[in-house]
This record gives sequence, C-alpha cells and structure tokens, in this order.
Amino acid sequence: MSAVWVGIALTVVGCYGLKIAGLSVPERLLTHRLTVQVSELIPLGLLGALIAVQVLADGDRLVLDARLPAIAVAAVLLWRGVPFLPMVVAAAATAALLRLWT
Amino acid sequence: MRWPGTGRLDASDRSVVSDSLGVAVAVGAYGVSFGAISTASGLTVLQTCLLSLLVFTGGSQFAFIGVVAAGGNPATGAVTATLLGVRNMFYGITLAPLLRLSGWRRWAAAQVVIDESTAMAVTRTSSRQARLGFFVTGIGVFVLWNLFTLLGAIAGESLGDPRAYGLDAAVGAAFLGLVWPRLTSALARAVALAGAAAAAGLVPVTSAGLPIVLGGGVAVLLGLALGRRPPGGDA
Repeated sequence: MSAVWVGIALTVVGCYGLKIAGLSVPERLLTHRLTVQVSELIPLGLLGALIAVQVLADGDRLVLDARLPAIAVAAVLLWRGVPFLPMVVAAAATAALLRLWT
Repeated sequence: MRWPGTGRLDASDRSVVSDSLGVAVAVGAYGVSFGAISTASGLTVLQTCLLSLLVFTGGSQFAFIGVVAAGGNPATGAVTATLLGVRNMFYGITLAPLLRLSGWRRWAAAQVVIDESTAMAVTRTSSRQARLGFFVTGIGVFVLWNLFTLLGAIAGESLGDPRAYGLDAAVGAAFLGLVWPRLTSALARAVALAGAAAAAGLVPVTSAGLPIVLGGGVAVLLGLALGRRPPGGDA
C-alpha cells in the first residue's frame, strides 16, 4: 500500500472520528473555554499557513511567480463579494494567462 | 412532500428546504475544483472520489492534496487535514441536542456534520426546522459534492500540466476563500497572517508539509497569548 493510501486512510479516520465524537461525547467534556478557543484559532492559523505555502513555496525555496498576482486577484474578488467558484476560476485564469505571456 | 420524522411541510418549512437546497447547489458545485486539482496534483480518480466520499469536509480535503502536491509526506497531510477537521467536532456538540439521534442514524448523520449543514441548522427557531435544515443541506451537499468531484477528477486527469491552467494558484485561492468569512476580527486576521508568515519562514528550513503544521501551531499560540476572548466567526 502506497504512502498516499496510508495518508488517505489516516485522514478518513481522523476526520470521521472527530465528527462522531462531537455528536456522541457529553457536552461538558468538550466545552472547556481553552478547548473552544483553540478550536476557533486552528482553522485561522492553518489556513493562513496553507495559503503562504501554496502561493510562495517551490519545494524548499520561496519564489515569487504568477501565483502571487493570482491570489491578489482572489482577495479583491472576495472583498467584492464574488462567490467561491468564480473567484477560484479567476485566480487560476490569472496565473495561466501570466504564464502564457511571460 | 413529507420528511421522515417531521410530518407535513408548511410554508416556512418549504423555505428552509429551498434555502438549504440553494446552499447545497452552490457548495456542491465547487467539488469540481477539488476533483480537478486533486487529479492534476497526481492523485488517481479513485483516491480523489474516496476523499470526497469518506472525508467529506472540503477544507481538510484541500489541505491533504495541498501537502501531497507540494511533495510533503502524506502522513503530514493527514495531520493537517485532521486538525482542520477539529471544528466539525464542535459543530457536533452544538447539533447533538437539536438532532437527538442514536444508533446507526447518529453514525450516518455524523458524516454530514460540516460548515454548511451546521449553519443551516443552528439558525432555525424550532428543533424540527433545525433537523430539516441539517439533513437537506447535509445530504444535498454530500450528493452534489461527490458528483462534481467525479466530474472534476475526470477532467483534471486529461488536463496535462496543472500549472499551465493555473491550478496551483487555484488551491491558494480556495484556501483564501475558506478563511475569508472567518476574518471578522483584528485577532482573527492577526492569527491568519501569523500562520502565513511563520509557514513562509519555515519553508527553506524544514521538509515539505511541516511548515503548515508548525506555522499553524505558532499562530494558535500567538492567538491564545493575544486574545482573552475568542475571535469572531463561527469556527
């Protein structure tokens, strides 16, 4: 079994485990203030990190390329209230066109 | 039209159903971007479709393929994906008293505990309408997300070099779209920026995948230090 399959299996177990735990575990065990606070901070920190790596990293190097203007376009569209799918398509098109022209 | 356990639908029930179906269509459709990006990143159609069927929480799915596409260890991808899925546990805690499920129904319902089904349930005034919003949204998103994942996966496989289509940039944009509604306070924005800065700083000195987990961890610690009160948003 390849490493990717192991990763998929771990992700399935982890993500489903959390869902069923939430519906099953007594509320008082999980509503401790620190736990709630950390759970609200995790998506913010992780998504921030994911964006930076996705936009700036090329292996173990930091590079500035067509992904940076693409994410800037995405940010402007989100700020203007454009829905998810057209926003993602516009970001991809920006990067694709810049690579075509340069 | 009848809904199991809720009896006949009146006018306000029907508006819950139509709102929920609207959300399901809008969210399900972007399964196409997940499918395309996943196979273009090197996963097979089967692996891509299994992620949507069995993981079924968009942020975690994008996180997993993001780490794998960057050359990271898939186990690191799984850790990142699971950490992003922690919020679903807290949704479950909120939903449990509204849904009051036991046995196999609880195990089945758990799979559709996601951002959208929770949002369409907790805003209702009666627990009957909360259940209606939860199930119509959850099942609707599940069906469409998986259907569109398959379509995107097949399209992505025949694309060739994903960079030529800007699909690498699309992943970054997808993450930005997921975090955007959460950036409702100065603390939330500071934590997201700290995560980005820490991860970028770690890229040259750690192996692929680790900057995400470590950067996210640094940001969470900073958030705890900065804020006594939780940040805005419904994380």
